[in-house]
Amino acid sequence: MSTSSKLTFSRRGFIRTSSLASGGLLIGFNLFTACSPKAKPPVDISQLDFNDFNAFIKIADNGAVTIFSPNPEIGQGVKTSMPMLIAEELDVAWNNVYVQQGILDTKNYTRQVAGGSQSIRFGWEPLRQTGATARQMLVNAAAKKWGVDPSECTTHEGVITNAAGKKLGYGDVVKEAAQMEVPENVVLKNPEDFKIINTDVKNVDIDKIISGQSLFGMDYKKEGMVYAASLRPPAFGQKLESFDDAETRNMAGVLDVIKFGNKIAVLATDTWSAMKGKNALKAVWTEDTKLESTADHDKILTDLLNGNKVETLRKDGDIKMAFAAADKIVERTYHSPFLPHNCMEPMNFFADVTEEKIHLVGPIQTPERTAQNVAELLDRDVDQIHLEMTRMGGGFGRRLYGDFVLEAAEISHLAKKPVKLVFSREDDMMDGIYRPAIKYRIKAAIKDGQITAYHLKEAAINTNMYGLIPNFFPAGAIENYQVDVANYQSNITTGAWRAPYTNFLAFAEQSFFDELAETMEVDRVQMRLDLLQKVKGTTDDRIQYSPERMEEVIKVAVEKSGWGKKETGIYQGFAAYYCHNTHVAEVADVQVEDGVPVVKKVSCVVDCGIVVNPLGALNQIEGGIIDGIGHAMYGDFGFEEGKPIANNFDRYRLIRMREVPAIETHFIQNDLSPTGLGEPALPPAGAAIANAFKAATGNRLTQQPFVKNPDMLRVPEKEIIG
Amino acid sequence: MPSYQLKVNGETQTVEVGEDTPILWILRDHMDLVGTKFGCGIGQCGACTIHLDGNAVRSCSLTVAQVEGKSITTIEGLSADASHPVQKAWKEVDVPQCGYCQAGQIMTASAFLEKNANPTSEEIKSAMHGNICRCAAYTRIHKAVETAANNMG
Repeated sequence: MSTSSKLTFSRRGFIRTSSLASGGLLIGFNLFTACSPKAKPPVDISQLDFNDFNAFIKIADNGAVTIFSPNPEIGQGVKTSMPMLIAEELDVAWNNVYVQQGILDTKNYTRQVAGGSQSIRFGWEPLRQTGATARQMLVNAAAKKWGVDPSECTTHEGVITNAAGKKLGYGDVVKEAAQMEVPENVVLKNPEDFKIINTDVKNVDIDKIISGQSLFGMDYKKEGMVYAASLRPPAFGQKLESFDDAETRNMAGVLDVIKFGNKIAVLATDTWSAMKGKNALKAVWTEDTKLESTADHDKILTDLLNGNKVETLRKDGDIKMAFAAADKIVERTYHSPFLPHNCMEPMNFFADVTEEKIHLVGPIQTPERTAQNVAELLDRDVDQIHLEMTRMGGGFGRRLYGDFVLEAAEISHLAKKPVKLVFSREDDMMDGIYRPAIKYRIKAAIKDGQITAYHLKEAAINTNMYGLIPNFFPAGAIENYQVDVANYQSNITTGAWRAPYTNFLAFAEQSFFDELAETMEVDRVQMRLDLLQKVKGTTDDRIQYSPERMEEVIKVAVEKSGWGKKETGIYQGFAAYYCHNTHVAEVADVQVEDGVPVVKKVSCVVDCGIVVNPLGALNQIEGGIIDGIGHAMYGDFGFEEGKPIANNFDRYRLIRMREVPAIETHFIQNDLSPTGLGEPALPPAGAAIANAFKAATGNRLTQQPFVKNPDMLRVPEKEIIG
Repeated sequence: MPSYQLKVNGETQTVEVGEDTPILWILRDHMDLVGTKFGCGIGQCGACTIHLDGNAVRSCSLTVAQVEGKSITTIEGLSADASHPVQKAWKEVDVPQCGYCQAGQIMTASAFLEKNANPTSEEIKSAMHGNICRCAAYTRIHKAVETAANNMG
């Protein structure tokens, strides 16, 4: 064991240091130890290298700072914002920082995951502590050199200054710092002293993006690599009976055809030849399990809503008695389709499986779980897997699932070659892990001008809402409250899609509150504020949202949007929602053009605590709102005899430039720890525009996508004439 | 395999590919110019946009036989050092989220501004309507085109 290195344990997330062979200091921090009780530090410090950490800083002798960003980058901005947290406490100038994507360390750690808008929330404390610890070690080293007390020293942009005005750069003391004790209980900055956090920082990959440099999985190449395209069953429920590959094998560029399970891979010298070869395969498919259609699902989900076979996720009071005693009951059912993710970069992955090791490179939101699955599939030790994460051309939940990584690994294993598997857009849309079709039925009881009962029922394909959702608003605000769920097990693959469940539930509930307010003849906003009053001071620790923070975003949204004060001809819709630990209120402004309501503007107020990077945060909010509007308006997907009804952008409509409204975003300023940003702006958008459409047309929309019922998106004839 | 002479970013190169090979895959797989992106393969999303004799075209839907003898510019050739006004505007506005569609957006915008140096907001929207951004960074794309137009003017 090297004497120049020291291994100490401080807190549960241990920090380790090591002097580098090349000189310099490396300080690492296991970000997510708390999530992985099995994590164990390596005993032999001399074996340590930077791969042992999932967040760390490297400071070279010349003072250059490299920060390795631990989490996968899917467009949510963490490759920029997570290193900002370290740099802030390290006290270096941002423009002297080089950011590099960390690789997967499967040995000890978990939660190297992009998903659920949690990266910054979980990284907030440990990343800043990592930076502050490194800074303190550098200061201690300088103080020792000067023979002064560390408390006499200050730092500014990578330079340490003592009381006498002497200066040393971080690079000057980095060797000594590497041999220092790791300080415990370092003091973190007060938010008012932040120099990097809460300032506009540009995307760290911006130069590469605008000049077209290799960055994404699709761009990755390695010597000797061949390209693969897979033919998979065209319908869910089918299996491969037989196939004829004679034509394919005769095609230029085609190297091999390999059957694996129910799929056939075509290997070729280039992507086009692989895709062309795949399209020339003649396969016979037979029915293995039931071929399901959207009409079947509609009936099944409606039957589930009408039936009593449910699981109750939350039950307050007695809704039955409250409904029996009600003056009035409002009930409404809401319908949503399946949705594909449609990342702009189709699924792809590189795999090189040899007897010694497995090399995987590409876009994946869940590198660790995927590496484990590959090890299991090929009956290999996970230690033999080296996984590199590339920047991702979108995720939206699709790249949480490693099906395409397993496929690439299996093809490489069978072909004994390094393989780049590439999905066509058709493959990507037809072999998805879709947002499941869901129906909600909401029923409320009104008695003496009060909402006395609220019953939310969910019928979903495959899986139901996660456990926290039943404790979102209006849980705690209504005495008799119940959430029931039921599901149908389908052979169509489903999974998380940006803001799982809430992406549609927010539309259903926020539309329902609009209707409730109409029925009760009360102000829509005041009704929500009155309900929030009842939750203040609650002792129910299951309640997820903060009534005070929700109240504030609502009040600021009223002010910023000019709610209720708009001139004639502008119709407004309101929605407020909590998810991913963030509170959001949105107001949509709609105008009628040629009898059709058009969204002109969305005003949005967000409380996500401290905004780490306002420039990136604004992009997330604007994108989330437009994405929410786009899918509520146009996103239509279903199945006919197991086969997807759309397979490319000619028949699957995504929102485009001309359909985009103006967006005005306001962030609540506070010193609270940061919360999620990648998802929470999306869920309320559909309801905000639907409620505005109701104001404009008189039609209450209950089915997504809205364009499916064009008559509902028109002002009735008589009103135009009248 | 037939042989074709292609003029890409000012240099003439010879490739041997099938006559139906889309120029997109020649750029990406044969010439190692991976800035031009594959999105849909049917000319619907605009991720693969390049300039052909100065016009913005979809490289996924043009075969090698259709482009021979014409001048091709890709994102890599738009400028030597990302100094084209549109690239600079994209950086100034910090447009990208995931960034995958942005090369196509920049190629569409740069060809458009070449023909219409002083566009209205509606003209920008129409010009950019063919390029999908799945992250929906449309607000910034619009702002960056405006910024570029101002800087070019």
